[in-house]
Order: sequence, then C-alpha cells, then structure tokens
Amino acid sequence: MKKKILPLFMVIVFGFIFIVFYKGLEDSNIYTPDTKIKNKIPIFKTKDFYSGVSLNSSDIFKFDKNYLLNIWSSWCVPCRQEHPLLMELSKESKIIIVGMNYKDNKKNAQSFLKELGNPYEMVLVDLDGTIAIDWGAYGVPESYLIYNNKIIKKFIGPLNQQLINEMKLLVK
Amino acid sequence: MIYSLIGHYSLILGLIAGLVLFYLSFKNFKNSIFLNSKILTFTFLQFFFVVISFLSLVLSFIVSDFSNETVFNNSHTTKPLFYKISGTWGNHEGSLLLWLLVLTLFIFIFLLRTKNQPVKYKILTLVFQQLIIVGFFIFLIKTSNPFNYLFPVPEEGLGLNPILQDPALAIHPPILYLGYVGSSIIFSSALAATSLKMISPNWAVHIKNWILISWIFLTLGILLGSIWAYYELGWGGFWFWDPVENVSLMPWLALTTLLHCIMVLERKSSLTSWIIILSIATFTLSMCGTFLVRSGILNSVHTFANDPERGLFILIFLFVLIFLSLFIFFFFHKDEKLNRPSFSFLSKETSILINNWFMMYFLSVVLIGTIYPIFLDIISSEKISVGPPFYHKLIIPFLIPFLLMMAIGPKLKWIKSRLNDKIYLILLLLGSILLAFLILKNFNQNFLINTILISSALYLFFVTIRDFFIRKFENISQNIAHFGFSLLILSILFNNLFSSEIITNLKVGETFDNSKTKIIFESVDQKKEKNYDSIIANFKIQSSNGKKDKLSPELRIYNQPVIATSEADIKTTLMSDKFMVINLVQNQDFFNVRYQVKPFMLWIWISVILISFGGLISFLKKRL
Repeated sequence: MKKKILPLFMVIVFGFIFIVFYKGLEDSNIYTPDTKIKNKIPIFKTKDFYSGVSLNSSDIFKFDKNYLLNIWSSWCVPCRQEHPLLMELSKESKIIIVGMNYKDNKKNAQSFLKELGNPYEMVLVDLDGTIAIDWGAYGVPESYLIYNNKIIKKFIGPLNQQLINEMKLLVK
Repeated sequence: MIYSLIGHYSLILGLIAGLVLFYLSFKNFKNSIFLNSKILTFTFLQFFFVVISFLSLVLSFIVSDFSNETVFNNSHTTKPLFYKISGTWGNHEGSLLLWLLVLTLFIFIFLLRTKNQPVKYKILTLVFQQLIIVGFFIFLIKTSNPFNYLFPVPEEGLGLNPILQDPALAIHPPILYLGYVGSSIIFSSALAATSLKMISPNWAVHIKNWILISWIFLTLGILLGSIWAYYELGWGGFWFWDPVENVSLMPWLALTTLLHCIMVLERKSSLTSWIIILSIATFTLSMCGTFLVRSGILNSVHTFANDPERGLFILIFLFVLIFLSLFIFFFFHKDEKLNRPSFSFLSKETSILINNWFMMYFLSVVLIGTIYPIFLDIISSEKISVGPPFYHKLIIPFLIPFLLMMAIGPKLKWIKSRLNDKIYLILLLLGSILLAFLILKNFNQNFLINTILISSALYLFFVTIRDFFIRKFENISQNIAHFGFSLLILSILFNNLFSSEIITNLKVGETFDNSKTKIIFESVDQKKEKNYDSIIANFKIQSSNGKKDKLSPELRIYNQPVIATSEADIKTTLMSDKFMVINLVQNQDFFNVRYQVKPFMLWIWISVILISFGGLISFLKKRL
C-alpha cells in the first residue's frame, strides 16, 4: 500500500508543478487586467525620466486630447524599428506621444534617445515593469491610443505604417 | 549563405542518425552479446554532423553572413574576430546548438570509453541519451533554428550586446555547458542502470568519473560567470542570486551531493535511492533551468527571447523526462531493505547522510526562492521579488553546523569508528573560536552570529590544514576541496564584513578627502576602438598609510548596438581589490565615482579553483 502512495503522490506534485508552469507560460495576462476597448486607463504613480519628479497618472493625461502611450526600452530591438515612425508621428500635432521607459537602464535609454531622436512629449519611468502590468502590456514595444482617459486602441508589438494610418483615422 | 545550408542539413542528418540509433539499439538489445559496431559509427556520425553544423554557424559569424537571422541579430562587421566567434553561443539558437554538441560529444565518448560494463547497459544508456538528443534536435529545428534565412539580406547586423563582449563570458558558456549538459550522461546511465538493476559499487566506480567531469566543469563555469558579473556588471558583487545564477547553482548542489553519495556506493551497496534520485535531479534541474530562463517565464537579465512556443516545448519535454524517470525509479528500483547494514551513529556514512540533508536544504531554499514568485504570481496574482536577504537569512545559520560537519565528518572511519584524536579536534575548535573573536574584536564588529560563523569556517580551515600534514596524500582530493570550501566561506565573510565604499561626484581636477582615503581626479582621456569609443578617467588614490594607486575606470559607448557600459578598473592584490567605476551625471560635467576596497576578493576565486582542483585530482588519481 505504502509503495503505491508515494508514486501517486509524486505524480500529483509534478502534475501540479506542470500546470502552474503551463499557466505561467500561457496566461501571461492572468494578472493583467483586461484591456478591452474603451477601457479606462489605469491609475498609477511614476517618475519623470529626466527630472525624476514624481507624477500621478491624472497629471499626465488630460481630457480632450489624443495621447499615444508608447512602452519602450533601449534593449528592445523592435523598439528601434518603430522609432522612426514615432519620430514622424511626433511632427504632427494631433497626437501627443508619451513614452514609458520599461525596465531599462537610464544611461542606455538616454543614449537610445540621443541616437534616434526623442519623439516623446514626456518620458515616464517604469523601472520594475509593474506599471506596464497595470496597463495590461504583454511586452515591449506596446502602444496605447488614449482619448478622454480611455484606451481607444492597443497596439501590441512594433508599430508599422499601416497601424499609424489606422491610428490617424481613429483620431479624426 | 552556403554555411547556413550546410548547417541546416547537418542538423537534419543528425536527427536522422538519432532515429537510426533507436532502431539499431532496439535490434541490438534483443541480441546483446556484442555492441553492434554500427551503433558506434552512427553515434560518431551524429556527433560529427553536430560539429559540422556548429562550425558552419561559427563560420557564418566569422564572415558576417547576415542572410542568417541568428548572425543578423547578434553580430556586426565591426566586432573583433574573437567576439564574432563567441557571439555564436551568445544567443538562444547558438547556445542550444552548443547544448546538442555537448550531448552528442558525451554519449560518443561514453560509448568509446566504457569497458567492462554489460552491453545492455550501454545500449540502454544510449537510448535514454538519444531521447534527450532527438528532443533537442526537434526543438532546435522547429522552434529555434539557428540557420533561418533572411531575404533581402541586411547590410549590417544588429550587434552583440556589449556586456557579453568580454573574454570571461566568451568561454563561460562552453565550460559551463560541459558540466551543465554533461550531467545528461549521468541521468541516462542512472536510468539505464536502474532499469537493469545494476546500481552497485561496480557501477559507482564507473560513473564516478563522469560525475567528476561534470562537477569540475560546472564549478569552473559558475566561477567564470561570477568573475564576469564582478567586473562587468559594475556593482562590485560577485553573486546576485539572480535566477540565472540560481539555476546553475541548483544542479551544482545536487551534483555535489551525488558526488558524496557515490563515494559511499563505491564501497558498499547503500544510499542507492539517493543516488538515483540525485542523478535524475541534477539533469532535470539543468533542464528546468533552461526552461525557466529561456521561456521568459522569469524575467532575468539573461533571458534571450520571450517565445511561448519555445517555453511550451521545453516544458513538455522536461515533464516527459521527469515522469519517465519517476516511472523507472518506482517500477524498477527496489530498495534492498533486508540486506541493508545498519549504520552506526558515528560513521562516515551517517556524516554523508547528514551532508545530504544539509545540501537538500540549501537546494530547496534556492529552488523555492527561484520559483516561488512564479507560483505565487499564478495562484494569487501577487507579485513578490525574492532577493539576497531571503537567501542569506535562510542559508547562513545552517552553514555553521554544515561547516562543522565538514570538518569532523571525514575524520570518522567508514562504518564504525571512534574519534581517535578528540583532544586535537577540540583544541582546534577552541582555538578557532578564540581567533574569530579576536579578529572581530579588532575590527569592532561584534555580532555573535559572525563570531560563530567565522569560528566554524576557521575550524574547517585548520582541521584540513592539519590533515595535509598528518595524512599526507591519503584522501588528498577531498582535503583540498574541503580546504577550498573553508577558504571560500572565510573569504566571502571577510569580504562582506570589511568592505568599504566611497560614493561621490567629482569634476576633473577635484579631490575627495576623508580621513582614510584621498581620491584625486587627475584627467580624462578619450580613445577610439573598432567597436566602441571610450572615455577614460584617471584617478590617483592615496590611502592614509601612504600607499598610492592609479585607477582608470572607463565609460564605453559601443556602436552596435549603441549601448554605454561602465568598465570598472580593478587593482587586484593578494589581500584586497580596489574597485572603481564611474558614471556620467546627466547634463553636468560631474562624474559619479564609486570606489570600493574589497578584501580577499582574489581568494574567493582561488578557493573555487581549489575546490575544482580537488575534483580534478580525484579524477586523475585513478589514472595514474
């Protein structure tokens, strides 16, 4: 009897571990709130990238304006790809681009912006990646189109010209 | 282009060789008087194909063939040749190819070198190893092919992460993998031996060599990684309890325990269950580490890519191996309760058993610290981060009895013994306590825990030194390893207790002065290299006892990808390291200067080398 309990027990334990790992792999959104369309933006606290001043989310996003929150990082290769598009977009005044520097080293981030240009009105810091979780981000890069404190559309992965065009349509 | 094709098709040929080997093994197993010579041929062919594939990837890197996706993502034409080559394994795909290389190399040598063992056992070991090899072939070809073709061919690659452009890190993966992946052969042969019910002293003598090889390389590999972290990451620490460090430490703990158990089995049939489970655990922990790091389930600095598909594959593969080994263990292994000789309380085996339990405790602390955050996250959506304090609090108190056991344990004779030189041992203990007390008193560091800890480390230190004299060459390998360990703990303790640090902002020409140290910022130079530009700051340091040093830390701006790194300047002397890094302060002409004096740093490295040297002697002893 005893001989059979142990193997069974082991199978159950390892089965459980498997399920947990599997879940961890599959549902990276298990702890992220659903970001459905027209969802409200999360409330969070952050710091300004350059000055280090603490900011509340309510100070950043005003009503009646279009914002694009772009989560980026200097180590992220696709961010490098989409950056020229953001630079271009920043020249048009309809959308205010806010950058959120995700899990990055400040030095590296600065040299990234120095090299490729700074399209952001404002750069926020998310050092440990928790704010990105509040936003329901899957990874970097990710961008959120915001109007009236609501998420109009979420762009997972690097932006391309087609998405930018779509974004412009939405803003109109 | 051509190299990618060669590499890709070699991989497929290697996979086919694996499948052929299954068939040959099956046929040979039924009729197993001699090992079919074709088996050896195909094992060699498989190894050969992987070598070809690996070399073609290396060549693609050398000629900067950007039609290869892996090369494009991780290389750049301006990189020095050395880092072009080391870039081969500085990424997910290439490092998996290295996995395969080690897997096939080990099974080939195993078949070649294993004599005096039953043919069935060799075949079965091959089958289990092939199971792993074929799994990795499929994984590589399906989800992480290093030879993906890019069209149009990019002009220039994205470059290798500069912090990986470092000599220590260039050789760290191959060395580490020889140990980490090499443990697969222990796994396969333990499963084979269990199925054939031949876990015996004879088998122990044979497998011990393989355990030693893996163990030596794993120890050195971890050391290299740690040295790299010390001077490249720029924080002056050498162990950060980062998940990636932990996943290399866990197999090491299991393997070390296994090494001790196998020494018991060499002499008499006991601890067999321990040995099987530890053999399985070592390799599954290696696999588990690969899963944790590569799937992106853990966020670590070493995560190459977040790809759920890859994660899922390794996860399923890992659990297939776990359940397979559980099945074999429970189905075939019968613990021989009847003829188990009773251990006496004061025997060497008891001390090894106690050692085992301590090691298992350390292992579980590290394991829980690494994976508990994942569990908690998934079960309760709560995010926690486990840092050094957790490990320190849980491990340090238990180090004390562990060190004492390490000193006394080897003194106990096999089976029954009495402490023959009790008086010496007790005198040494008292001496160590006194010395520890005096040292700490001298430096005004009076914590009870430190005194006890240093005493016990000193105790092991003295006992092993004494053994060098009285026991001469008897058991020299164990003695060296244990001596190394005591030295390691002592160095770490002194390093922690007596480090000092100065952080300040300085402009060129300015001087920082406190009563003990004077830091003079003399000048700034600029230098241009092929793959980076650098700013070198020259400092003069004067300590109160009149010693002068020049330190020149660097800031490097790499061109591809553009990343700035701080290169610490380290002056290593026998007794202490002087460590200095600088950082730019934004929009100002100040430099942030961080100067540390770290005593006994060199001894941490030396003691780890000593530990693995002990293993090397044990490995060589039988051959001479």
